[in-house]
Amino acid sequence: MTPAAKQQQYDVIVVGSGAAGGQTAYTLCMEGAKVLMLEAGRNYVPEQETPMFQTPDQAPLRGVATPEKDFGFYDATVDGGWTVPGEPYVQSTEDPHGRFAWWRSRMLGGRTNHWGRISLRNGPYDFKPHRRDGLGMDWPISYEDVAPYYDKVERLIGVYGTSEGLENTPNSPEGCLLPPPSPLVSDYLVQQRAGRLGIPIVAGHRAVLTRQLDFKRSPALLHPGNLKAQRIIAAHMQQRAACFWATDCGRGCSIRANYQSTTVHLPPALATGNLHIVTDAMVSQVMLGRNGLATGVKYIDKTSGSERVAAARVVVLAASACETVRILLNSKSPQFPEGLANSSGKVGRYLMDTVGSSVSGQVPLLESLPPLNEDGASGHAFYAPWWLYQDQQKGKMDFARGYHIEFGGGRRMPGFGTLHGLESLIHGSYGKKLKDDARRYYGSFVGFDGRGEMIPNENSYCEIDPKVKDRWGIPVLRFHWQWSDHETRQAAHMQKTFAGIIEAMGGRVMGAVKTDGAEAISPGGFIIHEVGGAMMGENRQTSVTNEWCQTWDVKNLFLNDGAVFVSNADKNPTLTIMALAWRASDHIARLMRRKEL
Amino acid sequence: MTDRRTTIKWMLAAAAAMPLLNQRTGAEEVTASLVAPNGYGSDPHLTKPYHPGDVWPLTLSPAQRRTAGALCNVILPGDERSPGAESVGVVDFIDEWVSAPYPRQVADQPIVLEGLAWMDAEALLRFEKYFAELDDLRRHAICDDICYEPKAEAKFARAAKFFTRYRDLTVGGFYSTPAGHRDLGYIGNVALPSFDGPPPELLRKLGLGPGTS
Repeated sequence: MTPAAKQQQYDVIVVGSGAAGGQTAYTLCMEGAKVLMLEAGRNYVPEQETPMFQTPDQAPLRGVATPEKDFGFYDATVDGGWTVPGEPYVQSTEDPHGRFAWWRSRMLGGRTNHWGRISLRNGPYDFKPHRRDGLGMDWPISYEDVAPYYDKVERLIGVYGTSEGLENTPNSPEGCLLPPPSPLVSDYLVQQRAGRLGIPIVAGHRAVLTRQLDFKRSPALLHPGNLKAQRIIAAHMQQRAACFWATDCGRGCSIRANYQSTTVHLPPALATGNLHIVTDAMVSQVMLGRNGLATGVKYIDKTSGSERVAAARVVVLAASACETVRILLNSKSPQFPEGLANSSGKVGRYLMDTVGSSVSGQVPLLESLPPLNEDGASGHAFYAPWWLYQDQQKGKMDFARGYHIEFGGGRRMPGFGTLHGLESLIHGSYGKKLKDDARRYYGSFVGFDGRGEMIPNENSYCEIDPKVKDRWGIPVLRFHWQWSDHETRQAAHMQKTFAGIIEAMGGRVMGAVKTDGAEAISPGGFIIHEVGGAMMGENRQTSVTNEWCQTWDVKNLFLNDGAVFVSNADKNPTLTIMALAWRASDHIARLMRRKEL
Repeated sequence: MTDRRTTIKWMLAAAAAMPLLNQRTGAEEVTASLVAPNGYGSDPHLTKPYHPGDVWPLTLSPAQRRTAGALCNVILPGDERSPGAESVGVVDFIDEWVSAPYPRQVADQPIVLEGLAWMDAEALLRFEKYFAELDDLRRHAICDDICYEPKAEAKFARAAKFFTRYRDLTVGGFYSTPAGHRDLGYIGNVALPSFDGPPPELLRKLGLGPGTS
C-alpha cells in the first residue's frame, strides 16, 4: 500500500473486485463513502490487454486450452483457472463424483473478465423454492424485494433481451433491456424445431451493448437526487461503445461493449475520487475488535510477501463464495473459535454449482451454406427458459427443479478443434476429398448446454484443511461434494431433450446420448456458478447473514457475493449477485448515514 | 556401410522403442505439477503475435520435418481455393505441438514421432524411398491402408491410430489460419456497424425465420 493510502481513513474495505466487489464499490462510492478495494490478483487493463482480432495462428498451439490457460490462450483470464500456482485446494475423496473443481481468477475484475455474460433474473419461485416443493430452503426476501435492483443493474451494465411473460421468467420494465441481436440461421432452425416439441425459444439475455446505453434517461433513474453520481455515470455510459459484432466476448472487450467489472463498475467508481484500489493484496483474515466489531483485514502484499493491515468502519467480503468462506473460517478468535460470524456453524455449508450437461449435433440442412458473417454478439441470441414448471407441480417429473437451454451453432471463427471429431462423417477421408468435407460440414454443428438448478444439500460443503497452506501461509479449503438424484436425473433429461431437438432438426447426435445421469452431469464446480456457503436467512441459528448480507454475529461485516445464496436457480447467478450487492450496499450507506455503522 | 534392409530394421526398432521412452516421460508430466517449466505461464502477453519456437524450442529433426510436411500435403493438398497445409506453416505448428510441455501435447509426442518413423520405414520397405520422395500415387498407396481406423488391417492398427491423430493436427493447424478461414468461407472477425443476421432470401429458401413453424 502506498504511504498516502495508509494514512487515509476508509469507511469501507471491499475484498474482491468482481461482480460483487465492483457493484459494492460502485454503489458506495457514488453514495460518498471512502472505499478501499483489495484485489488478490494483479491490475488488469482491458483497453490495453485484450486480444481483439488475433487469429488462432498468432497464439501458441493455435490458442488451444492448456493447464496454464484453461479456456484457451485468448481467454481473458490471467493468473487463474482450475489451478492457481502456489494456491492449492484439497479434495476430501478420490471419487470423481465427490470432487469440486474451483475456478479462480486472480486479476482485477476477477471472473467478470471472461464470463459468458448471460444475465437472467431469478423468478418469484426461485426465492421461495421450499414453499413450492418442500425441498431446500427459502430466501428471507422475495422477487419483489430484488426486482428494483435487477432494474437498476440492467440499466447500468447493459443487458440485451426481451420480456416474454413466461412462467417464473420475469419481465423487465420498459427501458431496462437493450434490443437482442439478430439470430443466426442455426438459431432460427432450433427455434422452429424445438418449438414443434413445445420448447419455447426466446431472446437470450446477455450483458452486451447492442446499442449505446441510455445516458440521458438512465442516470436519474439509477441515482435519484444524486447529481454528481448522475454526471459521472452519464459520462461513462458515453465512453462505452456498442458492440461491433466481432471477437469473442470471452477475450474481454477493449471497447467496453460487454460487462466486465474493470470496464463498467470500476471506472465510474474511481471517477468519484472515493475509491482506492490495491492489487496483489491477498486477504487472509478479518480482524475483530474487543467490542465485537470488525476493525479491518490482514492481507499479504504479494509483491513484497509481507503482511499488511487495513482498517475501516465496515468490511465487505466479495471475494467469491468459497474465498469469502475461506477468509471467515481462517478468522479465528476467542469469540469465534470456529471462524468469524460462524456461531450458526453454517459457514462453508450448502455449497452449490449449476447442473450442466451437453450434447451436440450435426445438421444436414446447415451444410454448405453460402459465406455469412455469423460472429454476431458471440452467441446466445436465443435460449429456452425452463418450460415444464406445471408438469413438475403436478408430480409428472422425476426431478424437482428446472433448467434452461443454451445453444449455439453458426459459421464462427474456425479454430483448432472446429473440424475435429468428424470420423463418423468423413470415413477416413484425406486429400481433396477432406477439403470438400471440411467445406461441407463447417458451420453445420449445433451444441446444446443445459444449465439447471442444484438443490443445496448437507454433503456439499467446504472447510479448512488442517494441514495444507498456500504459498502465503494461509490455510486452504477442502471440498466435499455430492449431487442428489434431483440433479443427476435432470442431467439425463437434458440429454434426452437435446437429442430430441437434434432429431427434430433432421440432424444426428455426435457421440453417445448419456442416459445415466451420473455420467451425463458435469463435475461439481465445472459450470463455475459457485454460490452458497454463507447463506442469508430469517434467523441467526440457521443462517450466516440477514437479508442485507449483514452477518448476524458482526454487524459491520457484510458478505456481498454469491456466498449468501439460499438456492441456485437455473438462472446464471451473476445478475443476482450484482442486484443483491447493490441492495446490500444501499443498506450499508443507509446505516452509515444513520451512524449505526 | 549399412545396407538398406539394416537401415529399415533399425528404424523399425527405433520406432518401436520410442513410445516406451516417451510414455514414461508423459506419465510423469501428467501426474506432476501442472506448472510447465517451459510453458508460457499463467500470465502470458496476449496481444503480441507468437510463432512456433517463440516460447519453447522446436524439436523435430530436418528429416522428421520433411516427412511431416509431405504427410501434411497428402492430407490437405493445395487446390484452387487454398494452398497445401505445409505452405501455411502447419509443419511448424506440429513441431510446436510435439515439443510443447503440456500434458496433452506430451502424450501426443510419441504417437507422432513413432508415426513419422513408421511412414518412412513403410515407404522404404514398399518403395525403397523415404515417404517425402514418393510420388502421390505411392504416398496414397500407404495412406489408403491407414486412413480409416475401423477398416485398417490389424497390422496397420497402430499406424492408423497415428494417422487419425495426425489428420486432426493437420486439419486443426490449417483451418485455424487465415488461409484456412478463407477456404471455409469464414468472413467474420471484422468490425461491423450493424449485425443484420442471415439474408431473408436464404431463410426463405431454408423455410426458416419468424412466422414459420
